[in-house]
Amino acid sequence: MVRKLTLRQHDALIGFFLILPSLIIILGISLQPILSTLYFSLFEASRGINAPQTFIGLGNYVTLLTDAVFWAAIGRTLYFTLVSVGLELVLGLAIAQLIHTRPPGWRFLRTSLIIPWAVPTIVNGTMWRWIYNADYGALNGLLLQLGLINKYIPWLTKPELAMNLVILADIWHSVPFIALILQAALATLPADLEEAAAVDGANALQRFLLIRLPLLRPAILVALVIRTVEAFRVFDIIYVITNGGPAFSTVTISYLTYLETFSFGHIGRGSALSFLISLFTLVMAFVYIRILYRPEEKL
Amino acid sequence: MNKVLRTLILVMLVALVLLFIYLPVAWLVISSISTRAELLSTPIHWIPQQPTLQNYLNIFFPSQGVSEVARTFRITLWNSFVVASSVTAITLVVGSLAAYALIRLRLPFSQTMLIGIMGTRMIPEISLVIPLYIFASRLRLLNTPTILIITYLSFALPFAIWLMAAFFDTIPIELEDAARVDGCSRLQTLARIILPISAPGLVSTGLFVFLTAWDEFFFALIFTSTVAAKTVPVAIAEFTGRYVVDVGSMMTGGVLAAIPPVLFSLIFQRYIVSGLTAGAVKG
Repeated sequence: MVRKLTLRQHDALIGFFLILPSLIIILGISLQPILSTLYFSLFEASRGINAPQTFIGLGNYVTLLTDAVFWAAIGRTLYFTLVSVGLELVLGLAIAQLIHTRPPGWRFLRTSLIIPWAVPTIVNGTMWRWIYNADYGALNGLLLQLGLINKYIPWLTKPELAMNLVILADIWHSVPFIALILQAALATLPADLEEAAAVDGANALQRFLLIRLPLLRPAILVALVIRTVEAFRVFDIIYVITNGGPAFSTVTISYLTYLETFSFGHIGRGSALSFLISLFTLVMAFVYIRILYRPEEKL
Repeated sequence: MNKVLRTLILVMLVALVLLFIYLPVAWLVISSISTRAELLSTPIHWIPQQPTLQNYLNIFFPSQGVSEVARTFRITLWNSFVVASSVTAITLVVGSLAAYALIRLRLPFSQTMLIGIMGTRMIPEISLVIPLYIFASRLRLLNTPTILIITYLSFALPFAIWLMAAFFDTIPIELEDAARVDGCSRLQTLARIILPISAPGLVSTGLFVFLTAWDEFFFALIFTSTVAAKTVPVAIAEFTGRYVVDVGSMMTGGVLAAIPPVLFSLIFQRYIVSGLTAGAVKG
C-alpha cells in the first residue's frame, strides 16, 4: 500500500524537481570548471592544454607571489579599481543628488543616463579609442580648437596616461549605473527626518552628511561592491582600448591571466592566476551577501 | 533672485552632465556617417559636409571590395541575437522555476542554496574558461553558437534566479493560500496565479539577461573564430586591430551593436530602474 505523502513532503518533492535543472547547469558549468581550474593550477603545464604536465603542488602560486610582474599587475588593478570606483561613486552620488533636487530637465537627464549604461562595453571601448586617436581623434581636435594644447598628443602611447584614459572610458559607462541606483534609493528616503533637522537648525551640508548619507549607506555599499568586483576583473575595455600597452602599463590581473594562458600557453600558471582572482571575488561576494542578505528580512 | 541663481546653476549642471553623456555618442554616430576623407581631415569636421550612409550600405548590402569584417557583420549580428535570445529564454524558464522553489516551497537548505547560487554568480569568466574550453573541444562545440549559449548560462542563470527570487518574495503568500484553498495544486498555482503577477519581474530579468549576453565578450573571444558563431563584440574588436582607414565601418558597427540594447533599455526604462533596485538594493 502506498503511503500518502504529507503536504510538506509533497512540496519538497516538487521543489526538488523544479530546482534540479538549475542545479545540474550550475554544477556542470560553474562548480566543476572552477574546481578543475584549481586542479590545473597545481601542475606545471607551460606548453598548452594538450602538453604533458607535472604535479608541482603550490609551485605556481609560489612563483607568482614572488614575481614582480604579478605584483605590478596587482598594483595596476588596484589603481584602476580604486580610482574608477571612487570617482564613479562621487560622480554618481552627485548626479543622483542633482536629479533629486528636480531641476528643469531632470526627467530627460534620468532617461539619458540609461544610454551609456546600455551601450555595450566593447562599443564603449572602441568609441573612446577613436576619440583618443593620436592623428585624427576628437579629443585632440577639441583641445586644439579650445587652445588648451598647441599640437596633437599621442595619448595612448604614454604609459603614465593610458590607464587614466581607460578609467575615463569606464567612468562614462558606469557612473550612470551608480547614479540610477542612488537616485532610486534617494526617492524612497523619508523627508520628515531632514525637515525636523532643518527646523532644529541643521544646515544643508549637515543634513546631507549626518542624515541623508547614513540612510543611503545600504544602497551605496551595494553599488560599491558590485562595481568593485567588476572593476577588479576588468578586461574587455582594456583589450579594446590599449591591448595592455603601452609598455604593459595597462596590464591588469585579468589581462595578465589572459596573456599567460592564451598567448604564452602557461596553462598551470594561468589557472593559478585565475583562481586567485576568483578567491578575491568570492571574498567580495561574501561581503556582498552579508550586506544584501539579512536573515531577519528573509532575503 | 537667489532662487533664480540656484535654478540657473542647477540647469548648468544638468547641461554639463548631458554634454558628457551625449558628446561621445554624437561623435560615434557622426563618424559612422562621415566619408573617409572627412574622418581623416585636420582640423576635424565636426559636422560632416557630405554625410553618407555608405558605411551602413556596406554592412547591409555588401559589394565586392568591402572589408571582410564589414561584409560579415550582418551574420555576427544574427549570431548575437540567436545567442542572447536563447540564453534569455532558457534562464527565464529554468531560473524562475528554481527561484519559486527556493522562495516558496519549504526545501531543506534553500537559504544555503540561494547563497551558493549568489556565490557562483560572482565567479569571473576567466576562472572557468580553460576547463570549459577543454569541454568544448572534446565535444567539438568550439565555434558554435551552442557553446556560447551553454557557457553564458554560467553567469546568466544565477543572476536570473537571484532576480526572480527577489520578485517572488514580494508576492503576498495569501494569494497562493487562497488559490490552494480553492483546490489548485502547487503547479496550477504557479502557472495561474504566480506567473501572471510576476510578468514585470520576468520582463526585467529577461531584459537584464539579454543585455548581459549581448554585451559578453570574453567567452565569445575565446570560443569563436569564424562567422559560424562570432558575435558582434568580437567583430567590433576585430575592426580595432586594423588600420585607421576602417574607422567608418568600425563606428557603424558600434552604432548597430548599440541600437538594440539602448532601444530595449529606453522602452523598458521603468523595469530597469526597478530591476536595479530589486536585484541590487533589495531590502
